[in-house]
Amino acid sequence: MNILKTYKIYIAGQFPRTESGRTYVVNDAAGNPIANVCQSSKKDIRNAVQAARKAFGPWSERSAFNRGQILYRIAEMLGGRKAQFIEELIQQGQTIERAQIEIETSIDRIVYYAGWCDKFQQILSSVNPVNSSHFNFSVAEATGVVGVLADEQTGLLGLVSQLMPVIAGGNTVVFIAAEKSPLCAITFAEVLATSDLPAGVVNIVTGFANEMLPTLAEHMDVNALYLSNASNEIVKSTQLSAVDNLKRVVVVNEDWNQEKAQGIAFISSFQEIKTTWHPIEQIGGATSSY
Amino acid sequence: MTDSNNTWEYAPSLEGTSHIQLKEKYDLFIDGKWIKPSNNRYFDTINPATEEKLAEIAWATEDDVDLAVMAARKAYVEVWSVMKASERAKYIFRIARLMQEHAKELALIETLDGGKPIRESRDIDVPLACNHFFYYAGWADKLQDAFPQRNIQSLGVAGQIIPWNFPLLMAAWKIAPALAAGNTVVLKPAESTSLTALKLAEIIEASGLPAGVVNIVTGNGDTGAAIVNHPDVDKIAFTGSTAVGKLIQRAVAGTAKKVSLELGGKSANIVLEDAPIDQAVEGIVNGIFFNQGHVCCAGSRLYVQESIAEEVVRKLKQRMGSLYVGNPLDKNTDIGAINSKEQLNTIEKYINIGINEGSDLFQVECDLPSKGFYCRPTIFTNVAQSSVIAQEEIFGPVLTIQTFRTIDEVIQKANNSPYGLAAGVWTDKGSRIFNLTSKLRAGVIWSNTYNKFDPASPFGGYKESGFGREGGLHGLEAYLK
Repeated sequence: MNILKTYKIYIAGQFPRTESGRTYVVNDAAGNPIANVCQSSKKDIRNAVQAARKAFGPWSERSAFNRGQILYRIAEMLGGRKAQFIEELIQQGQTIERAQIEIETSIDRIVYYAGWCDKFQQILSSVNPVNSSHFNFSVAEATGVVGVLADEQTGLLGLVSQLMPVIAGGNTVVFIAAEKSPLCAITFAEVLATSDLPAGVVNIVTGFANEMLPTLAEHMDVNALYLSNASNEIVKSTQLSAVDNLKRVVVVNEDWNQEKAQGIAFISSFQEIKTTWHPIEQIGGATSSY
Repeated sequence: MTDSNNTWEYAPSLEGTSHIQLKEKYDLFIDGKWIKPSNNRYFDTINPATEEKLAEIAWATEDDVDLAVMAARKAYVEVWSVMKASERAKYIFRIARLMQEHAKELALIETLDGGKPIRESRDIDVPLACNHFFYYAGWADKLQDAFPQRNIQSLGVAGQIIPWNFPLLMAAWKIAPALAAGNTVVLKPAESTSLTALKLAEIIEASGLPAGVVNIVTGNGDTGAAIVNHPDVDKIAFTGSTAVGKLIQRAVAGTAKKVSLELGGKSANIVLEDAPIDQAVEGIVNGIFFNQGHVCCAGSRLYVQESIAEEVVRKLKQRMGSLYVGNPLDKNTDIGAINSKEQLNTIEKYINIGINEGSDLFQVECDLPSKGFYCRPTIFTNVAQSSVIAQEEIFGPVLTIQTFRTIDEVIQKANNSPYGLAAGVWTDKGSRIFNLTSKLRAGVIWSNTYNKFDPASPFGGYKESGFGREGGLHGLEAYLK
């Protein structure tokens, strides 16, 4: 007899059950039940936001080099659990060939963003030649807590593709897993939990998007929202919910299997530009004109 | 010596206004022509320093906005988007040059229409506006170099709505990058300060810019709403209040319109105990009293380290005593007229709230002109973090002062605001500056200076102060795909 896995949610580095005690059944492609998964509540969302906020300061202030090391470690840990992910992807309806490609592409994508952690700032930043005696420069800083709604089309690759650029940039995340294929998201949380990523940087909940998304989108301590291949209705209602604290709402329609579905633009969407001015003393007659 | 004792009396030095040319009535600038509003309605624009009428301004209806958007679309498709980028650049350069030639007139009209001291419109607003066109002109044929990672494209028709605090400068901040990036424009100036935008329209007309590339429609909030809701507008750029910014976000939800918002602020100006105090006091004054405090990034929350608080407040009060409040056309004037009666009422409402909350009021005892809208420079001490006057944007010459003991405490207090536009830090120690500037959640940080602006310097906020940047390379982003 098989031991069936209990899929729990991931908040503040812990794996609690939903506080609501509810579960829903996830079926395989043929319609047979394969797991009971937490049907998370609004309260779980609020707990996750709190954890993400607490983790934001330390994570965004970590050295970019260190963030890169941690992302690379995530890729390593995922590589060590390929078989489990392939099995889950197949359970959720993928062919074995597609599942293998998905896991390989996912690992590559994490490595790709690991490399960006200490580089994107140099591309997004500038020293600005102002017309006065000031040193003036602009740098990119993380936007804050980002709420991500999973792409329903891909269980693992979509998750990795959305998540990595956001955390590479120093943000923290509340991630609502794909409703019909949440298994990889929870197993991926186990990868995160064992890969030096500080607790609370990524929080993953499972359940019904129409129940959780409005709470996340209205939450006044969330700074940005990220939708991928979402319906027009979801995009519009999320944009409306986001107005009260002027969340940045990022909407993409990407085929995550494509190589072009990665890049610095996915990082810069969740960055703010900060410009600093400092006077330059102008006394004395010495010049630099050797 | 009393705090407000002023021993430096100057004879008035009024700037003459005889050579400026104002029409009695201004129509709408659409498709390169001056067009009467479809309902034939006009409203008065007055000089807030004297309450005298300056001119009548056309009130654009939804139909007029539609006409302007159609003209902008036609100009985009047929002319501007297909023009060689280097030619586009030359038109923008030419506008910059013509503005420089009209600088004196623009400065005078800005002061007459908006109430700001001539010293500021002459030395700050107008030169910055000219320079903004000059700066962005050169980007027009270098856009691909700005963003080598992607294939850049213009957006189309940009609808732009600007505020009354820096009328010409905000028009420049909006129009110059939009044109450089290859877009065409429908711009609406603020109701109380349309004149310099209309003078700019005359300059644009004289520059030979192809008809419809820039359209200027005047009016009130309804005119602005017509632009925001127009289905053929690809981009909305708005500078103004956070409340209106949120209305715009609601209106564009579910559409493909790209938006940039530059909204309100309640910026912290932080003075540490090792700061050069006299310089800091100048910075505090410039931070809150520049342009009568009608500045979205005004340093309206002052945080002074406890050990020097008494000295800073004493010197600040002393310095306030030498500020000249009065006729904006006087070259000695530091603080001119409040932009409108309505805004004066708002400021007075907040001053009363501050008094009722139990904070201690200090105002300079100076004579104010008998006509016009004026407000004495005002500071409040004994202010709590939870005080309304320390939380809400007043948009006037009103400063709240709080003290702090540790750096951690002041970072928390400064960041404890839904806004995140700007902040100031005063200290002699470089490592301390970088600690603070990297932890303050705001888009512009001035260290040992305040309220400095430049075309090459990106400007814009975090959190509820909006999103998108204006100025610099980053300012192009708002007008490109």
